[in-house]
Amino acid sequence: MSEKRHAEAREPLVHLSKRASIAPPMAWAIRLIALVLGLVACGLVAFLLVDKLREHPERVGDFYYCFIRGAFGTSRKFWKFLRSLAVLLCIALALTPAFRMRFWNTGGEGQTLVGVLGAIAVDFYLGGKIPEWLLLLLMLAASLLSGAVWGVIPAIFKAKWNTNETLFTLMMNYVATYLVSYFLVIWIPNGSSSLSKLQNGKLPALGNDYLLIILIVLALTIGLHIYLNYTKHGYEISVVGESVRTAQYVGITVGKVIIRTMILSGMLCGLAGYLIAAGMDQTVTTESAGGQGFTAIMVSWLGKFNPLAMILTAGLIQVLHQGAAQISQDFDVSGAMPSMVVGIILFFIIGSEFFINYEIHFRGHGARAGKEAVK
Amino acid sequence: MEKQLALQMKGITKRFGSVLANDHVDLDVYRGEILAVLGENGCGKTTLMNMIAGIYYPDEGQVLIDGQEVVIRSPKDAFDHKIGMIHQHFKLVDLFTAAENIVLGVREQGAYNLKEVNTRVAGIAERYGFHLDPAKKVYDMSVSEKQTVEIIKVLYRGADILILDEPTAVLTPQEITRLFNVLRRMKEDGKSIIIITHKLNEVLEVSDRVAILRKGEHIATVNTAETDEAALTEMMVGKKVDLNIDRPEPMNPAVRLEVRDLSLKNAEGIQVLRNISFEVRSGEILGIAGIAGSGQRELLESIAGLQPLESGEIIFHNPKKDKPVTFFHKSLKRVKELAAQDAFHDVNLNGVSFRGMSNKAIRKWVESGGVLFREDEIMNLRNKTPLEIRELGVRLSFVPEDRLGMGLVGSMGITDNMMLRSYRKGHAGFLDRKKPQALAEEIIRELEVVTPGVSTPVRRLSGGNVQKVLVGREIAFTPKVLMAAYPVRGLDINSSYTIYHLLNRQKENGVAVIFVGEDLDVLLALCDRILVMNGGAVTGVVDARQATKEEIGLMMTRTSREGREEDR
Amino acid sequence: MNIWLNFLIDSLAFGATFMYGSTGEILTEKAGHLNLGIPGIMCMGGAGGCLVLNWIGKSALPPFLIVILGILGSLALAMLMGLIYSFLTVTLRANQNVTGLALTTFGVGLMKVIMSKMDATVYLVGPKQMYRWPFAGRQDSLQCLGVLFFLAVIVALCASWVLFRTKVGLHLRAVGENPATADAVGINVTRYKYVATCVGSGIAGLGGFYYIIDYMASQEAYLSLESFGWLSIALVIFALWRPHLTIIGSTVFGFLFSCSSFITNVSWINVTMAFKPVLKMLPYVVTILVLIVSSVRNKRENQPPASLGLSYFREER
Repeated sequence: MSEKRHAEAREPLVHLSKRASIAPPMAWAIRLIALVLGLVACGLVAFLLVDKLREHPERVGDFYYCFIRGAFGTSRKFWKFLRSLAVLLCIALALTPAFRMRFWNTGGEGQTLVGVLGAIAVDFYLGGKIPEWLLLLLMLAASLLSGAVWGVIPAIFKAKWNTNETLFTLMMNYVATYLVSYFLVIWIPNGSSSLSKLQNGKLPALGNDYLLIILIVLALTIGLHIYLNYTKHGYEISVVGESVRTAQYVGITVGKVIIRTMILSGMLCGLAGYLIAAGMDQTVTTESAGGQGFTAIMVSWLGKFNPLAMILTAGLIQVLHQGAAQISQDFDVSGAMPSMVVGIILFFIIGSEFFINYEIHFRGHGARAGKEAVK
Repeated sequence: MEKQLALQMKGITKRFGSVLANDHVDLDVYRGEILAVLGENGCGKTTLMNMIAGIYYPDEGQVLIDGQEVVIRSPKDAFDHKIGMIHQHFKLVDLFTAAENIVLGVREQGAYNLKEVNTRVAGIAERYGFHLDPAKKVYDMSVSEKQTVEIIKVLYRGADILILDEPTAVLTPQEITRLFNVLRRMKEDGKSIIIITHKLNEVLEVSDRVAILRKGEHIATVNTAETDEAALTEMMVGKKVDLNIDRPEPMNPAVRLEVRDLSLKNAEGIQVLRNISFEVRSGEILGIAGIAGSGQRELLESIAGLQPLESGEIIFHNPKKDKPVTFFHKSLKRVKELAAQDAFHDVNLNGVSFRGMSNKAIRKWVESGGVLFREDEIMNLRNKTPLEIRELGVRLSFVPEDRLGMGLVGSMGITDNMMLRSYRKGHAGFLDRKKPQALAEEIIRELEVVTPGVSTPVRRLSGGNVQKVLVGREIAFTPKVLMAAYPVRGLDINSSYTIYHLLNRQKENGVAVIFVGEDLDVLLALCDRILVMNGGAVTGVVDARQATKEEIGLMMTRTSREGREEDR
Repeated sequence: MNIWLNFLIDSLAFGATFMYGSTGEILTEKAGHLNLGIPGIMCMGGAGGCLVLNWIGKSALPPFLIVILGILGSLALAMLMGLIYSFLTVTLRANQNVTGLALTTFGVGLMKVIMSKMDATVYLVGPKQMYRWPFAGRQDSLQCLGVLFFLAVIVALCASWVLFRTKVGLHLRAVGENPATADAVGINVTRYKYVATCVGSGIAGLGGFYYIIDYMASQEAYLSLESFGWLSIALVIFALWRPHLTIIGSTVFGFLFSCSSFITNVSWINVTMAFKPVLKMLPYVVTILVLIVSSVRNKRENQPPASLGLSYFREER
């Protein structure tokens, strides 16, 4: 009986094999197709959900134009776009050394949040009592320190007992959230739920409020690129990431590298927190990091853990984000629109990696024919 | 008795990317026979068998069972056709018991009842003369117990065609004999048995027919009774090969490394090394024999500084008395430290002090050869990290068995892999890629490594080339002691001989070489002395020029007295 | 009735939210997939149920049918999310962490868009009494426990039974421990991964539905749902990958979480407002402690599935 079945389907329908390599233009073409398909899918979902679009299908062009307008519509929007890109990129950069070490730091959110909290705590207690420059420095120190502490705790347990870091760092995010609400309760005695903007501890404007943050993150990007590729520390991180046993074999103390790298990772998250606290918000809420710690994981991964490529991926996510925010404004839909849009596009881009890494051969074609089909 | 065809393969072709693993292979297997598939490592034996077992799918060709064409798309299809494969790397779930592993994937009527399964497994084990506790977890098992589970797993499914991939690699000669008896019993039962191997003596001992593969092509199938070792080798390699391995006499052997009473517990608290003592001499090759997992890996790792010892000493002897100090093996810092301990004298036998001298002046003095050692250097390496060992000036090279998981970084190019040993040198915090690149190019040239370039990830190279890169790097380090664990595993004959040659050259240069091997024939031909291990203890040291395989085989299973006490 | 007993019952009822969530996540993780999309899936499960209730809320269908249709709607959307996740991570072998996070981003966003367009008075009012069976009409705190709560307990127990007492469970655990082995013995790895992920997602989705419709039964309920998704992932660790232990774990978590609102009602405990966030932090801290203790003890049986987070490709060389 089984012979009969086999006679009908002699070969598997599709057959996969891993590519040895792929030409970069080809890879980019695949990603671009994925992006376009993702945007089409966004349109379809929006058609179901956005009443104004359903009633006026002719506004579909307008709908897509929002993606450009959201980020580049006015010069203020553009500056805002660059600054949000910088902050997101900063967190993504912070996570990258850990990821290169195969330490899945899902705690960027919490590490950033305690960074904000540290800076605001200093600001809250010392603001106005000491010179502004000293205050800013102390805030920076507090941010870096709290970020580093939040990052190093899971690292210590990973180094010592190989405790699962993905889950540990994930849990640390929520500990951070409730730590913030704890301090908010203490700081706001009258029961009001939010801390009003503090007057002191504001980063100086460099021409405008945006440029300084952007320059800091740009410098950080270049610095991290050099650190990861041209220094001994960066090399050790790559070796540990590839194989712990190789690292031990050549005399690298793995625990030390894990801890050192996570201090760096947490510290840079703390820096992002500082930029949010001193450069933008002047206050702290449980939402200060706003999910960017999670988005940054995707930015870093999409950028293949390459700091320079991450400028592009962070830019893409920010364009989508602000575009979708523009849509929710213009088409009068819920403010949750951006995360939905980003989610849909990510599905397509994540999926497209498969076509970059694998070759597909269809039934009835030889291996060569299969290759052609993909091309 | 009329021979009945069980399995036919016609024109089977398989490619991996641009590599042609099997090229139009034709093969017949009859009922009630043992067919050996013989070929060098990397000739496509395993790939071919994986296609019958449903792991890979052929690009071209047909498979016929009992004369009817079948398509095997998955292991499940293979089981449906009563084909079972015992892989070289066991496919068992560590966390499950033997019985759970055995019933895994079996479709049976009735409710799942583990007790009943246990009884049936015990039954099968008894019938074929295996010893197996069905409720034992796999992570508690020895290698040969795991193999037993694998074989019973296939029998439990009622397989008629059994494929065994290099089943003897992990067994002692005595266990091999027992396995072969089981195979013969199965053959009498009418089962077809395919055994993949690259060992000629086993082919001649157990098989009825031999199919020879070379570079993915089927060369011939011959009756075992009508052939001999020389003919098989010629077919396997494609030319007449001299299978003799050189063995120069050791020159001025002197103790170089001494291991005393070394004991070690692993991370799970299990005793893996028990009171090991031996010495290695300069200019000799010391072989280490034993069943896989007898503590060989742990022993080498202990010497290399990768394991925290429970007890014991590792003493390194450096015959330096009255010889000049060089910066070849020692840093300036180390030389200054030693001078402070009054370790040196000058040509007039007066003490040497560098006090008040500039680094430049010290350097000049040492390089002129005017600073000499007072005594032989004797250093204890116990519980020193690899880094500390290096800083002491002890040149200890180690070729680990897991090449891409330990010796090299698979995703990095040859240059970056050269750097593994030397990246700490110079340039403050930054890396220097110039010297490693020069070394990479030299190794590629000298050892004829086939690679597209110095930055191609080493993972993409063939096994032989990977090993050349690794051994090349370790030798470039001009070691005093060279430890190599299974350095020819998985290599074709030519690459293997390149490696033997490299080891012999080191031996002639006065290096103390430790060679952990699995093939007793090679150990007996290459080494000067052989140390035999079992259960983490030394069960004997023999002169390789006089010992026999049987003698060593017995030692491989003999339990030392301390061991027995621990086991009971 | 004793105030503490009331409190325990409330904790049980609250805990059912994460009991669903973590039972679903355990099934997925046992197949080797760390699904960080659970918060998004729970949100979509909630949205799916509410969508259906919104449709049929005013019709004259019998209440029990309305409940069943609500459950089906919840299952449908949640399983659809599971399908997206499986397609990306199993078939397209994408990175599980990234896919999961994208799924959460998407699910939470879409749920908020959907929920903001619906009328709470329709989807909440419908068959309210129906959920209360068999304690409908009681005045004491037992009325917190209803059909959906008992369903959660039954699902958790069934999941444990399937995982540890049946062949299917054995196969599923083998897939999560060592997919190459499972494949070599003829288990359809892809199918097991798909089914486990989709069924797990469906179960998790019910948690969202239960929370919005039954436990909270308020219009704003959906806004706080995401954080309980993350708590469900924590609970998986707390329960050491055993569904039946989620019943205890979820009660403990529920206890700690609702402590904060309860404790201020008890006059003899003199606490400040600042104590509340600390109590809410406790479930996560406890989870971290469990994670640490189990890694220090290093007992093989209490570790995450060995191939968790890795994708499987048969012809990997």
